[in-house]
Amino acid sequence: MKKVKGFSLYKVYVVSCIVLGIAAAFFGLWFLQKLLVPKYQRGVVEGAMIAEYYDSEEPHEVIFLGDCEVYENISTVALYRDYGISSYIRGSAQQLTWQSYYLLEDTLRYETPRVVVFNVLALKYGEPQSESYNRMTLDGMAWSSSKWNAIEASMTEGENMIDYVFPILRYHSRWNELTRTDFEHVFQRDRVTINGYYMRTDILPEAEFPSSMPLADYTLPETSMEYLEMMFDLCRENDIEFVLIKAPTLYPYWYEEWDDQVREFADSHHIPYINYIQLRDQIGLDMTTDTYDAGLHLNLAGAEKFADYIGRYLVINYDLTDYREVPEVARLWEDDIQFYDQLRDAQNAELAEYGELRSWGANAIEN
Amino acid sequence: MLFTSLQFIVFIAVLTAVYHLFVPQNEKWGLLLIASLAFYFFADPRYLIFIGVTAFTAYVFAILTEDYNSKRKAYLKANKESFDSESKKKYKATTARVSKLFLALALIINLGILAATKYTNFVIDTINTWRTEPLSFVNIIIPMGISFYTFQTVSYSIDISRGTVKAQRNFWKFLLFTSFFPQLVQGPISRYGDLSETLYNPKPLELRNFSLGLIRILWGYFKKLVIADRLVIGLKTLVETPDEYKGAYVFVVMMLYAAQLYCDFTGGIDITIGIAQTLGVTVKENFDLPYFSKNIKEYWNRWHMTMGTWFTDYIFYPLSVSPTMLKLSKWSRQHLGNAIGKRVTVYISCFCVWLATGIWHGAAWHFVVWGLMNFVVIMASQELEPLYAKFHNKFGFKGKKWYSAFEILRTFLLMSSLKLFDCYRDVGLTFKMFGSMFYTFNIGKLFNGSLLELGLNKGDYWVASIALVIVFLVSLYKKLKGREAREMLFEKLPLFVLCAVCLLLATVVFGAYGTGFDASQFIYNQF
Repeated sequence: MKKVKGFSLYKVYVVSCIVLGIAAAFFGLWFLQKLLVPKYQRGVVEGAMIAEYYDSEEPHEVIFLGDCEVYENISTVALYRDYGISSYIRGSAQQLTWQSYYLLEDTLRYETPRVVVFNVLALKYGEPQSESYNRMTLDGMAWSSSKWNAIEASMTEGENMIDYVFPILRYHSRWNELTRTDFEHVFQRDRVTINGYYMRTDILPEAEFPSSMPLADYTLPETSMEYLEMMFDLCRENDIEFVLIKAPTLYPYWYEEWDDQVREFADSHHIPYINYIQLRDQIGLDMTTDTYDAGLHLNLAGAEKFADYIGRYLVINYDLTDYREVPEVARLWEDDIQFYDQLRDAQNAELAEYGELRSWGANAIEN
Repeated sequence: MLFTSLQFIVFIAVLTAVYHLFVPQNEKWGLLLIASLAFYFFADPRYLIFIGVTAFTAYVFAILTEDYNSKRKAYLKANKESFDSESKKKYKATTARVSKLFLALALIINLGILAATKYTNFVIDTINTWRTEPLSFVNIIIPMGISFYTFQTVSYSIDISRGTVKAQRNFWKFLLFTSFFPQLVQGPISRYGDLSETLYNPKPLELRNFSLGLIRILWGYFKKLVIADRLVIGLKTLVETPDEYKGAYVFVVMMLYAAQLYCDFTGGIDITIGIAQTLGVTVKENFDLPYFSKNIKEYWNRWHMTMGTWFTDYIFYPLSVSPTMLKLSKWSRQHLGNAIGKRVTVYISCFCVWLATGIWHGAAWHFVVWGLMNFVVIMASQELEPLYAKFHNKFGFKGKKWYSAFEILRTFLLMSSLKLFDCYRDVGLTFKMFGSMFYTFNIGKLFNGSLLELGLNKGDYWVASIALVIVFLVSLYKKLKGREAREMLFEKLPLFVLCAVCLLLATVVFGAYGTGFDASQFIYNQF
């Protein structure tokens, strides 16, 4: 490009190069970040669950909060089909109490449910546990002060906020382990749950669990109890009923002493606490057929039974809308039900063909 | 603040923006000083005391020296008639002692601080090897970059004494010369005469200068993060388990360390010079394609050049022409003959230079031995020079391309062997490992997948290899064309921008940083 004194063509050329360069750099970084972040589309899908909430269009009168004891044990479709309850499970793997609190805060930015149900197992953790589980819960959250605070509360040693703000800084080394799924899902993700419920139709009967280890101290950690209190306050401020539950699975152990502390909290705050371990028979659970991983989590049959039981409790005790009677919401749920049925049929077909699931769970992990 | 930390990158970005957008040209040095002190403060506030004392000492004695010398000159001029040549000589000699005293005080204080902070525990450790009741170590901090800034102030004090530079009367400006932050981490060792003008009157913002600086920073990060910090993972495994990795693995160590050290050190210098350039400050080059050197002497003229010239100018020459050495030279010529006699003082001076170089590199015996080994090799090659000349004359290899390549390879291997001292950090172990290359025949093990057990996978080797090829091609371009590839690229602006974007993306993606990587500090940080 010829420079002409006083003429601006050269300047236009230079500025164009710079602007295009900056644009290319930003686009490149954005694209690479999209490519390199884990997609959680096969095998370990828990990391994709939290983000799915933002695509859900129907209103949710019941929000479940917690870890795998909610997202694998309660069928949201069964709740709708049987009782007309429109619900969503905001849960992820080893979701810590403060993460549940900030997810509740986050949910309230979009809607105000009538009932919030919190599964208490995570109360046993008073400290951040692992980066990978943190990531599964936090990466999918939409940006807000709640996400920021959730990250601050959750970071383990060596984690940095900047890695959450720009995930490419954390995941850049995945260039070495990219799979076909990463390329296929750069711009779109497949649905992995039905309103937060993770379906498994396979069966592995409950086995004997290792005997419980005595603990030096049974006091539930102060931090998690504080966040429980904060959840209670947040519900009260927003006129939401707050319910505590313990899912009906036996392992990991839920000690009597912990149960007593939660019950004491519930009593002192005049909120219900239901430990479903004691109600397994009433629920109708048959752990020779209702679990897919030897009793740790329920399979579809178990999750539908538990949903039926907890749904009955919810409609009896709270003034919930029967959304089957609300056409615009029912229409949306029809899509969910269709997906639910397809997923179930697909899993059953695989079970019939191979005797095990190959496209879901551990067999589907790519790396 | 490490160069590779995000805090540093943000610090530089904010500084550069404020520097160019809001600060008037004549006040820019003030912001550089604030930034430099902030950089030091964030590293450790106590460091400011050390650098402050060093700068103040050099500053005060420089002014005293200059004022005293001016007065001497003025007095001589005013009383020209009253001095005959003999009395003038006597007056000069007497007054020069005062000037030398100022210099000596400045050097004693500043080199004393360096010695006390960096070498006290080394001395104690050495004494302890002879004592049954060991002395306890001293808990003393080593200020970041103390060797670099001390050498800068020492050269300033000597230059003032020699009258080759004018003393800086503004303490804050002098403090900036001492503490200019980009070069605090790993050099180069700047001279006052070279740096002061550009530091106090930096170039105004200009597209070419700024762009070249920016791409140089990216290039530095690319070398450091993509190559050096990746290879260091494998190197650590090899070096920390020497019993397991002998023989052919030692050769792998040599190669990996040569690449790692080069990319780490030159990468850091690229970042330093690049930052200075974007700020309009010109800092001296520190490397000039050292791995293309045909002999070890040439290598040392191209590697860490500012250190090499510093030792030459402030140790070798003064020592060689000192009265003691001149007397010794005379004596040795008389008693040992002209051929040997003329070498004695050169060798002694050279020995002192390499001893000092070794000690400067670190407070440990392996550095001392490394320095002395360099001395031995240089002296040996100098002594063998006539033999080489005879050989070249007879066979006519000299100047042939393949022979030049052989010389380059030979020098590279020789220097890489000497670097093993730095790798194993133990003199005995280094000799043992070097020897194992010749008696442990396990070359086959290199091809049975054992190299994939060092913490580096196939992808890492591929990335490092491709990046090294890029570094080689860029170096080759400079070697063949005599100018930097980035300067050529700048003439084709779109290509320049494309390369900058690619460098950025490649560094972000392929850089060995963050969780899962133990990003090492710049190697010369510790100096």
